[in-house]
Amino acid sequence: MTPFQYARANDVADAIKQIATDPSAKFIAGGTNLIDLIKYDVEGPSRLIDISHLPLRSIEPTSAGGVLIGAMVPNTDLAYHPLIEGRYPLLSRAILSGASQQLRNMASTGGNLLQRTRCFYYYDTATPCNKREPGSGCSAIDGVNRINAILGTSEACIATHPSDMCVALAALEATVHVTGPAGARTIAFADFHRLPGNTPQRDTNLEPDEIITAIELPPKGFSANYSYLKIRDRLSYAFALVSVAAALELDGDTIKEARLALGGVAHKPWRSSAAEAALLGQRADATAFAKAADWLLHGAKGYGHNNFKIGLARRAIIRTLDQAARGTPQSNSDKKIR
Amino acid sequence: MARSGTAKRVTRTATVPEKIPIRLTVNGNHMELTVAPWTTLLDALRDHLDLTGTKKGCDHGQCGACTVLVDGRRINSCLTLAVMKQGAEIVTIEGLAQDGELHPLQQAFIDHDAFQCGYCTSGQICSAAGLIAEGKAKTADEIRELMSGNICRCGAYPNIVAAIQQAMERS
Repeated sequence: MTPFQYARANDVADAIKQIATDPSAKFIAGGTNLIDLIKYDVEGPSRLIDISHLPLRSIEPTSAGGVLIGAMVPNTDLAYHPLIEGRYPLLSRAILSGASQQLRNMASTGGNLLQRTRCFYYYDTATPCNKREPGSGCSAIDGVNRINAILGTSEACIATHPSDMCVALAALEATVHVTGPAGARTIAFADFHRLPGNTPQRDTNLEPDEIITAIELPPKGFSANYSYLKIRDRLSYAFALVSVAAALELDGDTIKEARLALGGVAHKPWRSSAAEAALLGQRADATAFAKAADWLLHGAKGYGHNNFKIGLARRAIIRTLDQAARGTPQSNSDKKIR
Repeated sequence: MARSGTAKRVTRTATVPEKIPIRLTVNGNHMELTVAPWTTLLDALRDHLDLTGTKKGCDHGQCGACTVLVDGRRINSCLTLAVMKQGAEIVTIEGLAQDGELHPLQQAFIDHDAFQCGYCTSGQICSAAGLIAEGKAKTADEIRELMSGNICRCGAYPNIVAAIQQAMERS
């Protein structure tokens, strides 16, 4: 671990000012990922700027009919908030399927978006990794890649984004509010995270001197027909091998609107407009779900150990859409997949 | 907060960062200590305050042995910087018994033989205290799910669930 200095930011403007004066500084909120990375010498900031006390802790309805979530709202507070449990249960279920209650108590909403990958090689400083050390090579492509990506990969990186919350936020088409030296701007959730390409060191389109202030949910929460199914190596407290967020709007048996996002398979929550379009106007049945799964997994490629993810994802997509259509979302405590 | 100018900052980064005085309330006692910016709450408790009941297992937020209550919520003290908890109220395993009486969870863990080696136990009990305060777990399945952040390598899980159920019924 590299020694670092510590400073507390008094408000958002102060936080932006402080980060601008020291490019090797980092913001810290919940710290659940950053402290771990510092301990492993993957991160070595000169200074931590504590933003955990910023007044960004409210969850409020917006005039547009959605909900605005402060970036410092702890994951548990978000998951259990009546507005979220009632109107956006997909988000609630996704959050509660990630990490442990202790970590969810610590982790912030904004920080959840900025989690780094859990690729073994990113954490192992003895091995090359283009995300940790650009240009050094990717150890996962020909290495132990059971947990790695099958979609949107590049020759430089096959890491996945580890968040569950973000898979639901992608499906719900949330908006990320950020502020930087040039002022405030919003980023559509689909544009927030990046594919690795030749710059896998950049996970997101957030600039280094910008700070996330809030996440906005649009009015539609799909609270009647949704499910979040997470497949992992143990039944709780493990990252997803494959996860699926499915949300449907039904008119009888007919699909009027569909949202589908995958976790654990790509550098960002994975969506496909073709997959969602393929469900529109269709009867909500296994045939339609299988077609959507094929579209969503179009171009999927295994790297050896993770070949199983393609078939697993296909079956998980079909099952999750079925759960959503039946109005019987996957339970987080009863682990049976029905 | 005083902020240093550029020249001063450059000088400071070349030296060892200064220690920072903090105040914590630990098990009802006001504590003042001076810690390095990178001192975790876990190390502050164990090495600065001699409260070694809180255990260092993995030190990476994967085992839950370091679980303590901060302002009433269970967290992993190994991933928490002490300087970030300025003014917070901390409860550790040492603070659960009251007036010589074991906390209902401590008694329940004994009654149900809910440990073998005991290394994870203080974290399990603090986590369970947080779980009961949250009020989200009702069934055994829900207890198992919401206690999943505490690993027991001896595999005492069935007895841990039984102990927590007993304490929940009596709380």
